[in-house]
Amino acid sequence: MSILIDKNSRIVVQGITGRSGLFHTQQCRAYGTNIVAGVTPGKGGIHIDGIPVFNTVEEAVRYTKANVSMIFVPPPGAADAILEACAAELDLAVCITEGIPVRDMVLARSVQERSKTLLVGPNCPGVITPGQCKLGIMPGYIHKPGMVGVVSRSGTLTYEAVKQLTDMGMGQSTCVGIGGDPIIGMKFIDVLEQFNNDPQTEAVFMIGEIGGGAEEEAAYWIRENMKKPVAAFIAGVTAPPGKRMGHAGAIITGGKGKAGDKIRILNECGVVVAESPTKMGHAMKEALQAMGKAVPKAAAKKAK
Amino acid sequence: MNIHEYQAKEIFSTFGIPVPRSRVALTADQVERAAKEMGGHCVVKAQIYAGGRGKAGGVKIVHHPEQANDVAKELFGKKLVTPQTGPEGLKVRRILVEEAVEIAREFYLSITLDRATSRYCLIASPEGGMDIEEVAHRSPEKIHVLTIDPLMGLRPYQARKIALALGLTGVVCEDCVELILNLYRCCIEKDCYLVEINPLVVTKAGWLLAMDGKVAFDDNAVYRHREYPDMVDYSQLDPLEINAGKYDLAYIKLNGSIGCMVNGAGLAMATLDVLKEFGGEPANFLDVGGGATREKVTEAFKIILEDCDVKAVFVNIFGGIMRCDVIAQGIIEAASEVKCHLPIVVRMDGSNVEEGKRLLMESGLNVQVGDNLGDGAKRIVKMLGQGG
Repeated sequence: MSILIDKNSRIVVQGITGRSGLFHTQQCRAYGTNIVAGVTPGKGGIHIDGIPVFNTVEEAVRYTKANVSMIFVPPPGAADAILEACAAELDLAVCITEGIPVRDMVLARSVQERSKTLLVGPNCPGVITPGQCKLGIMPGYIHKPGMVGVVSRSGTLTYEAVKQLTDMGMGQSTCVGIGGDPIIGMKFIDVLEQFNNDPQTEAVFMIGEIGGGAEEEAAYWIRENMKKPVAAFIAGVTAPPGKRMGHAGAIITGGKGKAGDKIRILNECGVVVAESPTKMGHAMKEALQAMGKAVPKAAAKKAK
Repeated sequence: MNIHEYQAKEIFSTFGIPVPRSRVALTADQVERAAKEMGGHCVVKAQIYAGGRGKAGGVKIVHHPEQANDVAKELFGKKLVTPQTGPEGLKVRRILVEEAVEIAREFYLSITLDRATSRYCLIASPEGGMDIEEVAHRSPEKIHVLTIDPLMGLRPYQARKIALALGLTGVVCEDCVELILNLYRCCIEKDCYLVEINPLVVTKAGWLLAMDGKVAFDDNAVYRHREYPDMVDYSQLDPLEINAGKYDLAYIKLNGSIGCMVNGAGLAMATLDVLKEFGGEPANFLDVGGGATREKVTEAFKIILEDCDVKAVFVNIFGGIMRCDVIAQGIIEAASEVKCHLPIVVRMDGSNVEEGKRLLMESGLNVQVGDNLGDGAKRIVKMLGQGG
């Protein structure tokens, strides 16, 4: 088991004929992802790398029974792509696109919320169930099948965390990059809830950063509901206030969203917080041990 | 993307939101002439990209045009330091001269994005003219929040509820309803992250006026508004940050001596955290983007080295799908192009790591390769002789 995606997921790629859309489609397919269709308006009828391309998601679903979408559509059309995925009643849409205007996302999110389609992203690395299905731009080779669920607002920092987990022998059930934008689909709590109900997931690692109140909300939810050990890392302890650190979401304003407060609240709610980004794997191990769970041993040390 | 108060008010005005009569001035003489136009008694307001100007001496009431001239001379070129500017302050290059208004009541009104609900929300308070966060903290019952459903938009009955909650009645109440609806229209049509009127006033004569205005545009939507780039006042921004913006790099100048180049915002923040942990002081935050390309790495290198405070460079690239040998070549080319002799530590991960490391070690640069994040940070601090 895993969450959101597995080897049976049938993927349609929206924006498949774009440069990064095609590149990552090939990468995902090489990992073993079952990509059944692509969508690019105006290019319906062609095949690209043997994958049939349709004009609309609806058509792609009708002919290929696709149930999950990966979106690489550029910002001006990305919100529309999300709405189209919802209209086609897909189970899940993962939107990788970075730079979607807020106004478009407010509308897309409000429609998506009322639909049966789950949304991950936008501006995220995607979702991967190691060994089964990779849906996004993350490097597949750092992942390993296992029992730790990973949920993160960051991209490359997630790779860093996953690598530490893998190196210490802790494989992952599913890794979900929820994205760094102010408006996103699934939030920490939505993903935590799925991990809580997934029999394969025995523990969760959560990666947050400064700005907003999502980590705090997640902390309180964990205290009330989570049956499994949780460890976390919060980036931006040393960030100066009022500066926008790359992510639209990562801004500390008016004394809200400080890393220190997030860490304190997570600790109070029973989450083991890594003191340093070099200790993310250790924090996960500590959380597992604290709950009396068995910690997998690292595989034989790789030669340096 | 921020703009000045006077620009915000110009935009408000085009959406039918009443603002006081005013003029923007670039010299003290212009300020004097504008003050004369207003009848001598007026408000002189320094235009900087930060709030809290009043307490920092950036807003003065004057009674004669000559007095306006004196105040302007004092303000132009002066660096105003407010809680929002940082310790260096921001230089005053433009002054807004505005008619003085007899104020009966002051309110707070804004529309901004609420991440928790993924919607825009309207915030209003009868406590105008002060720090709204402080009001929210001290007397939360005085803050009225309305979440706006994007499919329905903001409706008159909702705006009326807010106007009534502010204690307005009769004609002014209906004027306020119209103003609120116009503010929402402005927020949506202009792709704003924030539109704020603080204070919104009712004059003694019974008119509504937006006395101060703040507008922040959504950076992601700038492509829809061709006029926005021309509205930026570059004198209010750090020159290095402007340069980085041209290449789509997120750069923020900090106070230390270790230049940092990282791919991804989260990892970049974590890198600053690790450097500090090992006793180093980062000179900047720089995100070259999740999929660091060779061109971006080269430009990023140049920008980092333009900062004279930089004494060493730490590169942390988790390439993932990017090949490390390609990144290494980018670093080598950039470093040779800008003749960088500073110590460099590179920490890379991704495919072809070994080849990337070999290229770096054989490049003849003053470079070391870190095995992981902690090792890299330790090395750079040691090379610089910082820390314990």
